[in-house]
Amino acid sequence: MRFAVLQFPGSNCDQDCVHVLSNVLGQDADYLWHKEESIGDADAVVVPGGFSYGDYLRTGSIAQFSPVMNAVKAFANAGGLVIGICNGFQILCETGLLPGALVRNRSLQFRCETIYLKVPTTDSPFTSEVPEGKLLRVPIAHGEGCYFAADEALAKLRANDQIIFQYATETGELTDEANPNGSLLNIAGICNEGRNVCGMMPHPERASENVLGVDDGRLVFESMLRHLEAKTGVGQAVTAEA
Amino acid sequence: MKAKIVITPKKAVLDPQGKTVQTALEHMGYDGVKAVHVGKYLEIELEGDAESWQPKIDEACHKLLSNPVIEDYHFTIE
Repeated sequence: MRFAVLQFPGSNCDQDCVHVLSNVLGQDADYLWHKEESIGDADAVVVPGGFSYGDYLRTGSIAQFSPVMNAVKAFANAGGLVIGICNGFQILCETGLLPGALVRNRSLQFRCETIYLKVPTTDSPFTSEVPEGKLLRVPIAHGEGCYFAADEALAKLRANDQIIFQYATETGELTDEANPNGSLLNIAGICNEGRNVCGMMPHPERASENVLGVDDGRLVFESMLRHLEAKTGVGQAVTAEA
Repeated sequence: MKAKIVITPKKAVLDPQGKTVQTALEHMGYDGVKAVHVGKYLEIELEGDAESWQPKIDEACHKLLSNPVIEDYHFTIE
């Protein structure tokens, strides 16, 4: 599969994403500069973490107007798979591809630590490979990851099972202590109503190899791969032979 | 001529900066501080007439300068 990994001025997780997709998962992954107006023949788009445009004005606010985002919007609206990680999540909220917004952490601290993620639903192209009930151990690193949405939008997220990652304790409880930033409903990641666009604050690309101590994040990318393979038919023969 | 834009967090949004400033003011001995809201102030220098800028600044506030999900804004052009 071919992944396009966007690069804005100030992106800094783009190389990690390309590394995991190409060297760990054996896929094609290309950088895509923000001034490009097309995503080419990519099967999926990754909006990586970092500090696009220095986080000026608001996180993700300037990046939403980069030429490449028009192409990403069109791709997403046509059902294309898009994942935004950390600053990528903030950008996708600013563009309106995902509801809500991410504001300053309740503690006012930049939080850099490894947390537990509960996966409330495996019914998404980003969580389908996560074994039922498994908690993911994935790092976070952000100062503005407090998810906010108005009551009506939150109710919609719950009703449609769009909350796909939540900060939890190591036993899977959704407590205030386990919530590193004050996100409503302990939200760490959501998908859109069409379930093809995901945003998450934690960094699965930093937890996709055992040599780094944990590889739970790999399940997110593997879920995307299975979804793409099922959609295009590629990979099914291999599975059958195996 | 300048557009003077004030952007504040919506009431429903957690404003930890405001809370922290409020606590600091209380520690300094300022009694009777009910609440503090930390927002942004922007000045945009303009040429042309104020009336035609009015809808354009409003649109810019809505699309870029503020995020209507979490912020309110108001502005004057003078």
